[in-house]
Amino acid sequence: MKPRHKKLAVITAGVTALGFAAVLVLNAFQSNLVFFFSPTQVIANEAPVDKSFRIGGLVEEGSVQREQDSTTVRFAITDTAEAIQVVYTGILPDLFREGKGVVAQGKLDSNGIFRADEVLAKHDENYMPPEAALALEEAAKAQRNSLIQ
Amino acid sequence: MAINWYKYASPASFYALAGKMIPFFTVLAIGLLATGLYIGFFVAPTDFQQGEAYRIIFIHVPAAWMSMFLYVIMACWAGIGLAFNTRLSSMMATAIAPTGAMFTFLALWTGSLWGKPMWGTWWVWDARLTSELILLFLYIGFMSLQAAIDDPRRADKAGAIIALVGVINIPIIYFSVQWWNTLHQGASVSVTQAPTMASIMLTGMMVMVFASWMYSIAVILKRVRSIILERERHTVWVAELRRKGAL
Repeated sequence: MKPRHKKLAVITAGVTALGFAAVLVLNAFQSNLVFFFSPTQVIANEAPVDKSFRIGGLVEEGSVQREQDSTTVRFAITDTAEAIQVVYTGILPDLFREGKGVVAQGKLDSNGIFRADEVLAKHDENYMPPEAALALEEAAKAQRNSLIQ
Repeated sequence: MAINWYKYASPASFYALAGKMIPFFTVLAIGLLATGLYIGFFVAPTDFQQGEAYRIIFIHVPAAWMSMFLYVIMACWAGIGLAFNTRLSSMMATAIAPTGAMFTFLALWTGSLWGKPMWGTWWVWDARLTSELILLFLYIGFMSLQAAIDDPRRADKAGAIIALVGVINIPIIYFSVQWWNTLHQGASVSVTQAPTMASIMLTGMMVMVFASWMYSIAVILKRVRSIILERERHTVWVAELRRKGAL
């Protein structure tokens, strides 16, 4: 074998080994680097039991109830298919709004209610001035009305 | 007139060429930076959900993009240096690393400042943030490995291997928001879809991206000139420069 061929063989072997390692790492990520579970996954018992985990989804419209004289909030996280009831005591991020993205960390209690000890807002990738957002909303409303009629 | 590109693969002639190019890119960088910041702070409207805080996007996104672009370019130069044994390519890779690391740090730092008011946390271990942090470690690893080896040619080779292996991290950073559930939102600007940003916001951001490019080119050329001088200090042409008082 010429030295040049030997070098090429070493490089090929190295790249193959690296590729294999990368596939293994990505595979491990796939199962462990799940930042949050969706309500559907939680209902299907895919989330860890007796261990803290995160639920992500949208705050269900009309579900937010604030308790009087305390910072305890009850709301539901939905992925439009399933919804999980959440109880949280603490200060919510500014972007916490009904119909918007949210990620809550905590545990499921025996009644299937998620007791959160941290609530994070997950915003979307849309950036526009408020007037444009209003115009989009109006347009969506008009479309909905025309569909009903 | 045909330009003999191979001529500029020689450190001596590239040194002179880089010296001529630096003022041009510096002026462009300053001009674009001033324009971009003006659009970002005074022309672009308030965002409908994030209010004024979204304006950090004009720094954060250019920094994050540059951190990835520069890594790929650094790895290309390092790879060319490894394959063809061209000295200047390896010097380019060495010159790019500190600027890349600076942009990576800037992306993480501004991201953290943005995360606190919007998400409610400085840091989370989601796939996007974690892979960007790994990028910072790759840059630091590349620089420290090169600094630890005295013989520059051996340092170039060792560094090139780290740089090339690390390229795998770039698609992971880019696609992390699609492959995994992350707290970080998806891309607002992509090749395949229309941007999900108002056009004046996008304009400001793109001007800042070009400003970052021009800044990077100017700084990297400046740095590669120092590296050339340092490594070629025993050559005749450097002695000649010194004799003429051009250093």
